[in-house]
Parts: sequence; C-alpha cells; structure tokens
Amino acid sequence: MAVIEIESLTKDFEVGFWRKRAVRALDGLTLGVERGEVFGFLGPNGAGKTTTLKLLMNLIRPTSGSARILGEPVDSVAMRRRIGYLPENPYFYDYLTGEEFLTYVGTLFGIRHPALALKVEELLGVVGLGEAPRVQLRKYSKGMVQRIGIAQAIMNNPEVVFLDEPMSGLDPLGRREVRDVIEMLRARKVTVFFSSHILPDVEALCDRVAILNRGKLREVGALDAILNVQIEGHEIILGRITSELHAQLHALCDRITPLGDRLHLRAGNPRQVETIVSTAVSGGAELVSVNPIRRSLEDYFFSEVQA
Amino acid sequence: MRALAIARNTFRENIRDKVLYNLILFALLMILSSLALGQLTLGHTDKVIVDLGLSSISMIGTLIAIFIGISLVYKELEKRTVYALLAKPVHRREFILGKFLGLLFTLAVNVFIMSAGLIVTLAYHGVGPRSWVRILPAVYLILLSLALTTAVALVFSTFSTPALSALFTFFLWVIGHFNGDLLELGRMVQSGFFLRVCRVLYYLLPNFSNFATIDSRNVITTAAYYQPIDGWGVLWASVYALIYCTILLSVSVVIFSRRDFK
Repeated sequence: MAVIEIESLTKDFEVGFWRKRAVRALDGLTLGVERGEVFGFLGPNGAGKTTTLKLLMNLIRPTSGSARILGEPVDSVAMRRRIGYLPENPYFYDYLTGEEFLTYVGTLFGIRHPALALKVEELLGVVGLGEAPRVQLRKYSKGMVQRIGIAQAIMNNPEVVFLDEPMSGLDPLGRREVRDVIEMLRARKVTVFFSSHILPDVEALCDRVAILNRGKLREVGALDAILNVQIEGHEIILGRITSELHAQLHALCDRITPLGDRLHLRAGNPRQVETIVSTAVSGGAELVSVNPIRRSLEDYFFSEVQA
Repeated sequence: MRALAIARNTFRENIRDKVLYNLILFALLMILSSLALGQLTLGHTDKVIVDLGLSSISMIGTLIAIFIGISLVYKELEKRTVYALLAKPVHRREFILGKFLGLLFTLAVNVFIMSAGLIVTLAYHGVGPRSWVRILPAVYLILLSLALTTAVALVFSTFSTPALSALFTFFLWVIGHFNGDLLELGRMVQSGFFLRVCRVLYYLLPNFSNFATIDSRNVITTAAYYQPIDGWGVLWASVYALIYCTILLSVSVVIFSRRDFK
C-alpha cells in the first residue's frame, strides 16, 4: 500500500510587486511511495524538492492536484501524529536547551511525564547528543542542530519520516551519523522520504529514487533500474607486479594506470577479465580487487539535468 | 492543551529574552520617586506614588505588549521555527491562541510584580492594606487594556513586518484612547454621512477608554484617592475586552490559516 500518494501536484508562486506573474515551482507531480521504503527525492537547487515537502506538510497549499499521506489528506491534523518532518536548514528555538526543546515537542504530541523524560533521554542518545542535554540550541554547531532536528522528527515513533536535505552542510562525520539514523529507521520499517543532492548518500541508502528538475518529474524507479545496471566494464587492481608481468599485461590490456606500487587495469568484457586475472595470478601477482564499473548516479544526474 | 504548551514556550522565550529587565527600571522609578516626592509634595506623597506607579505599569506594559506582540508570529515565520511546529499535530488556531496566552501571561507576571512593588512602596510610606485593595481594580483594568493591545499587535503580526505592525498598533492604541472624541466630532460637523462614518469607526476601533475611564472618572486618579471603582463598569470592561479579543484572535486565525509559508 502506498503511504504517500501524490497526484498531479502543481504549485505556482506569484512573484513581482506591481505586475504579478506566476512562476511554476512544481508541475504535475505524480508519485507513490510504498510502506517501508527509503525513498530519495533528487534534484538540483530550485527543482521543487522543498516545495513538494512543504505541500506535503500543508505549509503551503497546492495550485492544483492533491496528496495523501497514510491515506489521509495532507491537512489532516490527526495524520500528523503519525509522521515526522525535518525542514530544510532547520532552525529551532535557540533559547531552549536540547532537552527542553524535545520536551516541548513531546508535549505537542501529548506525551506526558514520566514517559516523556525517558523518551527525550533516549532520543538525545540516538542522535548522539546525550552529552549535551543542557546546552542551549544557540550554542549548537550546524551538525548538532541537524541532529536535534532529526530527533524532533522521530519523537512520536512516526510511520513516515520526511527529511528535507538532512545531509546538507554537514561534515563527513555528520553525514555518516545521519545515514546511520536513516538505516536505523529502515530497520524499524519506517518509511523515509528524503530530498538530497548529495548523491553518494542517496546511492547508499535508497530503495527507489525520483529525479526532479525544474518542477517536473524526470524519472522514478529503483536505483538499479534508473542506472540501467549496464556494467561498463571491470576495474582490476593488482599488486606485486614484476616488470616482466607488466609487459605481459600491456599486451592484454591497453588501459593500464600504475598507482603507487599497484596497477589499475580496465577490462571491457568478462573474457578479458578472466585472461588478465589468470595471467597475473600465474605470474605471481597479488589480486587486490575486481570491481564492476557502472554508471554512477552522478553521471546519470548530470545527463538528466543538462538534458 | 497544545495551545498551553505553546503559551508556556512563548512565556519562556520572553523570560529568556530578558523582558523582565524592565522591572529594574520600575523598581528604580519607585525608589527615586519615594525619595524625591517626599521633598516636593505636601502630604500627598502616597497619592502621587499611586498615580505614578499605575501610570508606569500601564506604560511599561503597553510597550511590552506592542513590541513583543508585533513579533509574536512574525519571528516564528522569519526564523522558520514555525515549519517544524506546524508539521506536528497542531492546529493553526492553537498556535495563535498559544502565542497570545504566552504573552498575556508574561504581561500578567510583569504587572503582578510591579503592583507588588508599588504596594511595598506604599507600605513604606505608611499606607495600610485597606487602601491597597482600592488599587487592585485599576491594576486589573490595566491588564485588560494590555490584553487588547496584545491582540491588536497579534493581528498585524500575522501578515505584516514588525516596523509596520508597531506603527499600526501604536496608531490604533492612540486613536482607541480618543474614541469618544471621534463621536463628538461627528456630532459637531453637521453632516449625516460624516456622523455615520464616525459612528462606524467608533464601534469598529478598539475603545481603550473603556479601561481608562469608568463612570466618567479616570481610573488611575480614582485609585490614587483610594475611591471605589464602579463594579458594573469593571464588568462591562471585562466583557468588552473578552469580546474584542475574541474577534481579533479570530481574525488572526483566519489570516494565519490562509497563509503560505514560503
């Protein structure tokens, strides 16, 4: 069953003061997300990702079209008990401490003490802020704000979580932590809908992705299907190469790059791979790795966006 | 319940934004006036203190109501804290009500502490509890007028920038004190149309003189002479404040509910 159903969703924004004109931020988006999926919502800046998320959160109203979450219309307040949302570049009440902020959010969900105190403590631990419960949010680093943002989004054990650019502006460590949280949600069978333009994260996390450009849906499907799974060749890495073996390999493969004391070879077809590997191994080389080379999401993304 | 949680957070925000610092100002004013007025007035020191004290409570309260009121909603939009909040199971009307109650509570705490300060000052000048009680209706009426000021500021806060909101609110606050004159003006200019316009404005604009003048007597002056204030007048002022605030809050809710948060 689709937990997020988006039907021809369109949003125009009026710009200009005297002569108003409409700019279409989102153009007839139709999309369905299944229960338990980790769904990546991709697109360059200004593609309409945040607009879509705001429409789903009922923060803005569609020009036309409709959307349902968990079978309920997006303006249903009851439905919001069952979802979580992290806004883009979130900013929370900076005069509150992390603990106070989460307690406040919990109260809005109707959670009472003593369960609330336990929940707040647990969440601070989950997002790695257990050490700083009484630090005011104004003293938080960007990564900490993002993490408290994720904590407030999962306060109510939601069935669906919407994350708007959860990794933007984070250092590699912070990104890794956000990834871990999303993996944890996946393990709990929570549906995660997140927008991003950090492609390796999307590649590592998502079951399916949608690609949006200039307000229009370009592609939606399983990542493998979108990337066409066409293996463009293999990369073989070898160690302990003698000069004799080097010459032998040159005869077999014309794309050889020495990197340090290792050799990187690119083979076009599986038979070539077999020949190279058997020659190398019988010649006493160490086989470090053999990897398929496939089109990266990044390549795909660029070709789509430029088209 | 959720509105109360929002109110509580608004109160906390006000406290942490050091709104209560104004109390120091009030305390200084009370101490200085106690010292100075004894030299300047003959025998009526306490009356001047009541007059000065209540006027200060009203002025300080009004300044807080306007300057915090105008940014109540605007600040949440500007800082985008409202996004995460409204994605929670919170009705937009609960948000508006919570913000209003939060500031009202801040004002009540402020007024309470200032009034206590005033009473302490009076006690220092040898005024007894029987006279203190006479001041309380005036304090209550000031609080009602602050509630109305807050509601006016809140309406503007839902759609306008703080600078404009401050201007509009202050404008309405001033007009609201001279509402009666507007009606008089309409009567003096002998034009039926003009009178009708004045009458519409008279009923439409918030009438702050309902809280300042009861039974044709200035509330603060009456309190300064420890005279009783007409109970029916106070009741009418309460009903008026309740109705007018409800209307203004409803207008705020309607505006806020239609807004897109870009």
